[in-house]
Amino acid sequence: MTDIDLPFVKRTLSNGLDVIVHEDHHVPIVAVNLWYHVGSKNERPGRTGFAHLFEHLMFEGSEHHNAGYFPPLQRAGALLNGSTNTDRTNYWEVVPTSAVDLALWMESDRMGYLLPALTRHRFETQRDVVLNERRQNYENRPFGLALVAILASLFPPEHPYHWLTIGAAEDIRAMQFEDVQEFFRTYYHPANASLVLAGDIDAARGFDLAEEYFGDIPAGPKPTAVQADVVLANEHRLTLEDRVELPRIYMAWHSPAMFAADDAEMDLLADLLATGKTSRLYRTLVYDLRIAVDVSAYQSSREIGSFFLLAVTAAPGHPLGEVASVIDKELQAVVDEGPTESELERSMAQAEAHFVYRLQTVGGFGGKSDQLNAYNVLRRDPAYFAADLGRYRAATRQTVRAAGKTYLRFDRRVVLGVVPRGQQSLSVPGAELVSVS
Amino acid sequence: MTADRSRLPDVGPDPQFTFPIIVRHTLENGLKVRTVEHPSVPVISFIVQVDGGSGSDPSPHEGLAAVVADMIDEGTGSLSALDVSDALARIGADYDVDVGADVTMFGLTTLIRFADRGASLLASLVTRPSMREDDFGRVRQLRLDRLRQLKDLAPAVAERAFLRLLYGAHPYGHLPIGNDRSLREIALPHVVDFHESLYRPDRSTLVVAGAMSHREMLDVVRDAFGSWTVTQRDASVSPAVVDASVDGHARLAIVARDGAAQSELRIGQLAARRNTPDYPALLLMNAVLGGQFVSRVNLKLREEKGYTYGARTGFDWRRGVAPFVLQASVHTAATADAIKDALGEIEGMTSSRPPSDDELMLARASLTRGYPRNFETAQQVARGVAQLALYDLPDTYFEEFIPKVNAVTADDVMAATRRHLDPGKLTSLIVGDHAVVGDSLATLGLGTPEMLPSES
Repeated sequence: MTDIDLPFVKRTLSNGLDVIVHEDHHVPIVAVNLWYHVGSKNERPGRTGFAHLFEHLMFEGSEHHNAGYFPPLQRAGALLNGSTNTDRTNYWEVVPTSAVDLALWMESDRMGYLLPALTRHRFETQRDVVLNERRQNYENRPFGLALVAILASLFPPEHPYHWLTIGAAEDIRAMQFEDVQEFFRTYYHPANASLVLAGDIDAARGFDLAEEYFGDIPAGPKPTAVQADVVLANEHRLTLEDRVELPRIYMAWHSPAMFAADDAEMDLLADLLATGKTSRLYRTLVYDLRIAVDVSAYQSSREIGSFFLLAVTAAPGHPLGEVASVIDKELQAVVDEGPTESELERSMAQAEAHFVYRLQTVGGFGGKSDQLNAYNVLRRDPAYFAADLGRYRAATRQTVRAAGKTYLRFDRRVVLGVVPRGQQSLSVPGAELVSVS
Repeated sequence: MTADRSRLPDVGPDPQFTFPIIVRHTLENGLKVRTVEHPSVPVISFIVQVDGGSGSDPSPHEGLAAVVADMIDEGTGSLSALDVSDALARIGADYDVDVGADVTMFGLTTLIRFADRGASLLASLVTRPSMREDDFGRVRQLRLDRLRQLKDLAPAVAERAFLRLLYGAHPYGHLPIGNDRSLREIALPHVVDFHESLYRPDRSTLVVAGAMSHREMLDVVRDAFGSWTVTQRDASVSPAVVDASVDGHARLAIVARDGAAQSELRIGQLAARRNTPDYPALLLMNAVLGGQFVSRVNLKLREEKGYTYGARTGFDWRRGVAPFVLQASVHTAATADAIKDALGEIEGMTSSRPPSDDELMLARASLTRGYPRNFETAQQVARGVAQLALYDLPDTYFEEFIPKVNAVTADDVMAATRRHLDPGKLTSLIVGDHAVVGDSLATLGLGTPEMLPSES
């Protein structure tokens, strides 16, 4: 076993901003990674897409730099981006050591002084860009709307995970400038944020700079945590028609929240079912029977409750009902017997290697800075790295089997068949035709 | 201390960075080896680069190089395809295959304690694949199914049609996956023959980067790859002929996709080889025109007009003449206007709108100041070194890159752009709803669009 760790120092400024510094002097770069604890789960039905729209508006300028966010940073050699999901929004820059001041100045200016620079025109342009993004990534992409149908069936309309993070097209079109400003006032301030500096920087200097640039920004209100419980009472069977050549079946279940008991077990189950040629579903469906062309499964770990998603694309000439019955047989076997010792060893070897690989980069999505923020914001424990790996090391055949038995129930899941237009007969039996946009 | 918000903070002098030192070795069998010490995390990365990619596909077997590459992890010695997958997983390996136009690359990254196992597994796969009929049938069928699925993906449809428009019948004129007809014609003997002809130690390069000394890495690869021998036979397949004509004329083509929510656009022409002395100037031109978020094309089409989620330009580099391409997915109603704006930006870059001082400074800085971050992981370093081998660039390339880019002037950029780009030769392609956009295209003055089939 490898002993690996992700050391850091943490302080909280008087305005509530968490600041974490991780030193790594191998390459003269520093990753600046800022998380706001706001995502699409903080929106309301009929008013969706705000958190993601903000990810766009945050690059349009702030009071003291009332112009595009990219040019000064790119002139300094930075790489930068941002992303939004159900639970959080992250913004990051990877800069040469010489440009840390600049990156912190820019990040703090848009935290403290965004609204004076946010014009109606900028808002309207970015609203159009987002509508284009939605068309490009969802509406004009095969299977792009499958997740919309799955989320809508898995979560009731008032549940904060019912909608896609990018939002509903009609909600985006209906957004009002004043509502956008109000959303910023509620969520984008030190008390709801966490800053990580990782790379070629001393901890003492990191804290000094954080204080200098963020220290005088008012704390702002601490938003109340979103909570919602949900259970499926039965199995939902749906069909969606799409511009696709080959039909695909999806199965989705509610599963334990991120870092909760059994979350790691569900991750291992996904691996056992669908990662690599030796995984159970790939081997049976693609390798032996040749009735499918690809399989995938993942535990989509989220803050207030996760879902486990499985997807299999059928080979030409094989209806989804045939594929579904083989999937169910394999699921039943896992739930009855659990993984073999050998399968578990294999998954563990992969999990351990991937924990090491994650230590290779300081910045970007999934780099060390992002990892520390995930632990700090979603676990309130930036020191969680070793314990996180420990969750996987502690898994046994019995705990994996038990998790499968508890969560992967046939009578509490969403089954969705996506079929070529006009070919409903290829879908799973007893499915209701739905239409989403 | 409180921040001074009256002005942006100064950026200090660029930090010193020592680029990786590459050591070259040649094994007795002719295999060229390059090692790089990369001590940060206990990880090691191997890349085997075989001379020959999709450009070596012998007609009518387009797609053969990719099928061969796919067959590599389908079994070796006593290991079945499933055993190989299992063996890779047990060392936590990240295995990947990249079939390019000129070469095929096999990468394997693993923990340092599995260095020997990783190297010997990779060597066994690349040099002694089982090539069984049953595995071949499955692999080929999966590629045929994949091809069918690609018909649903507008970017893939566009990429296929655009390569054909630019290169015609040249070996670069098809995607690595080939087409339905060619895949069906490929049989196992073709696969075996291709492998024996091109997968040879004397035509391959092995790059290793990891937390070990040069000596240790050399020992690992000698043990693993030392027994690879050249098959004593005449090669029936050879690496691609790289010449391609850069002739062309302004034209417009469309692949009809009824009901498409957006139009997928490609605008470009054959431009230059990767090893042209104009390379730094062309990189700068691209950064100004469309290589970055703040480039002219994205600012115009996304930030000013709101036509798209993003528009960008780039070179798809090859040993032979490579294309320069602008790509964007635009709202259907904005198709003709977006093309007009895009053509205008390219035209401006070759004539009336040379890069301003500010644009050039930004482009230079973004290429050079961020350069060290490309050397963070063993895999990044190995890939960088493999590129040097691919294009026959010197080992001093990395350290010379920044001074070379900094030496380029605005005049150099304009001269290089004019040498390699000609607005009169640009091909524009739309994959979109012809019924909706058809009439608006007349305003472009490019004549009646050529209608292309959505082939596979």
